[in-house]
Amino acid sequence: MTSKIEKSSSLFESVRLRFWYLVPFLLSLILAFLAVAILLLLFDANPLSAFQAMWTGAFGSENTTAETLVKATPILFVAIGITIAFRGGVINIGGEGQMIAGALAGVAVTLAIGERIGVLVVPVALLTGFLAGGFYGAIAGFLKAYFDVNEILSTIMMNQIMVQLMNFLLNGIMLDPESGGLNNIPKTARIVPLAQLSRLSVNFGSLEIFDRTRLHTGFIIAIVLAIIVYIMLWHTTIGYRIRAVGLNTRASRYAGIPVERQMVLSMFLAGGFAGLAGVVQVLGLNYRLQTDGSAAGFTANAGFNGIVAALFGYLNPIGAIFSSIFFGGLLVGAQQMQRELGVPASMITAINGLIVIFVVSSQFFVRRAQRQQKADQSTSFEQDIESDGEERVPA
Amino acid sequence: MISEIFTASLFASTIRLATPYLFATLGETLGQRSGVLNLGLDGMMLMGAFVAFLIAYLTGNLILALLAAIALGALMGFIMAFISVTLQAEQGISGIGMYLFGLGMSELLFQKFIGTPRTIEGFPRIAIPVLSDIPAIGEVFFKQNILVYLAFALVPIVWFILQRTNLGLMIRAVGQNPEAADAMGISVTRVRYTTLVLGGILASIAGASLSIALINTFQQNLTGGMGFIAVALVYFGGWRPAGVLFGSLLFSFVNALQLQISVLGLGVPSEFAVMSPYIITLLALIFASKRRDKPDALTKPFERGGG
Repeated sequence: MTSKIEKSSSLFESVRLRFWYLVPFLLSLILAFLAVAILLLLFDANPLSAFQAMWTGAFGSENTTAETLVKATPILFVAIGITIAFRGGVINIGGEGQMIAGALAGVAVTLAIGERIGVLVVPVALLTGFLAGGFYGAIAGFLKAYFDVNEILSTIMMNQIMVQLMNFLLNGIMLDPESGGLNNIPKTARIVPLAQLSRLSVNFGSLEIFDRTRLHTGFIIAIVLAIIVYIMLWHTTIGYRIRAVGLNTRASRYAGIPVERQMVLSMFLAGGFAGLAGVVQVLGLNYRLQTDGSAAGFTANAGFNGIVAALFGYLNPIGAIFSSIFFGGLLVGAQQMQRELGVPASMITAINGLIVIFVVSSQFFVRRAQRQQKADQSTSFEQDIESDGEERVPA
Repeated sequence: MISEIFTASLFASTIRLATPYLFATLGETLGQRSGVLNLGLDGMMLMGAFVAFLIAYLTGNLILALLAAIALGALMGFIMAFISVTLQAEQGISGIGMYLFGLGMSELLFQKFIGTPRTIEGFPRIAIPVLSDIPAIGEVFFKQNILVYLAFALVPIVWFILQRTNLGLMIRAVGQNPEAADAMGISVTRVRYTTLVLGGILASIAGASLSIALINTFQQNLTGGMGFIAVALVYFGGWRPAGVLFGSLLFSFVNALQLQISVLGLGVPSEFAVMSPYIITLLALIFASKRRDKPDALTKPFERGGG
């Protein structure tokens, strides 16, 4: 009789817990929409027509949908990395700098030896970008693990440092020899065609999708990696260790997991994926690295948007796929909204901030539900003792 | 060449540039001493800068502008307290969220209400009689903006609050051991709300010091990450007003020096010059980490009965 109560109550508990995971998410979503509507009203814009403009701008045509996915690609790469970092208990704000590091390294390698290694140039460039971004992130991880330096602060500083390094290199050594100071945009030379990621288009007989758009295979690479990372985090030992350290450093240490090394590894992986975001942007979109002197000129703030996408995907790489596409649509749609209704696209930054706050705050309800579950479990144990008169060792 | 670089105006710039850092770091110190990390500092600075600028631009009344910034800062601090203390959200990330919100909102409101870059007549400089006539030193220390004097005056005031008042005692207790403080009857929640509201006010004033005193204009991302450097400076200053003063002066000195060197065109690539303050901050963080003075409860949400 006891076991029946336990079984039914535990099923009820798990359903209730899932419910409480979902509710905060929905709540955040609704609150975010409300906030957007209020902001829009502030600008004398009709929220409904604004939302419609955004939808049309994002998914209204084949071209715009392609643009949405193009924008989503670097965000997804970064979000995958951030997800690993968060799960590992570290907060990586250095996406911008790591993206630039990856792009610089990838472009440098491609320009230097691209012609000589033929087909291998894409994997080599991607690997170089990953390693460069990863190394840059690992520095912050190292500082946190062994010097207790707050990784948010160190990565923010490192962002600024890398931007300046990029400007230095792009204006100097890596400047396109052919630009001759014509329009004074710092940029590198164009990469060889073999290094360029092919444009993506779907052709089934007479069905042609995404022809002549900017969508490139980088998007597919991102999706594949998201799935791989999901498997890694929840079905491998490495992933288990990463998550263990993220959940409880002390217990992990007692269990023999090398906590410091795990922290560095998590930051390395996070930086690596951000680095990939940078390399893929170059290989797939512009075929050269160029900027206007700021970080956002190249990254379009993917470093920050990736953080929000990771949170909104509830720290699950598969969820990050959907939230990255959502944010891609948000960015592209916002430009349309600005065109149609005159609402500045910078509203997106404010919305991002609100989403972050809502998502993080909503954990309050999740924690409360978890505590309730624990309390209920101990209560049922007490009921066991009273009903059977038996003592039972708690599991 | 040394005399070309190390002029009186360099040191005067150092004092002047330290002002927003002083306001921001002193406020953040109060919050961190009570155990709460506020990474939204830069966003609060931006909002304070904008509101002060807007009111000053619309009414021409600087005092009113400052009061508006103070009120907004209190509100933002209160919201931050609600998120970090009541909802117990992860403090680092919620700070980043607040930063993004402040960054976007200030730009949004700027575009709506002002639109194009403008300047205003801000708080004036005041030369302190007699003292300002001292050669060299007079120019450096005693011919500064009103808000500069206010910022430096705050250093001993915050020290006094922390070390000599009941509130300060409660703040320090809550930051070191909230469970013990709670057992002694101190309301951890109320103390943390107080420090965050004060921190928000000071952050807002920090931003206002830029927009209505030192630079007298507002633009997108006016602070350019100053708030994050301020948070780092709190670590570097060992969570003490004197240390924070030293850190702010050191940082603004490096900043002023870098500007001076760029102006003189001394052959250092400008990018490395711009990089240097951030490298310095990074190094400062590394050295600060060895400190034992870090409030033990920093970034840990408190819950009665064990969280």
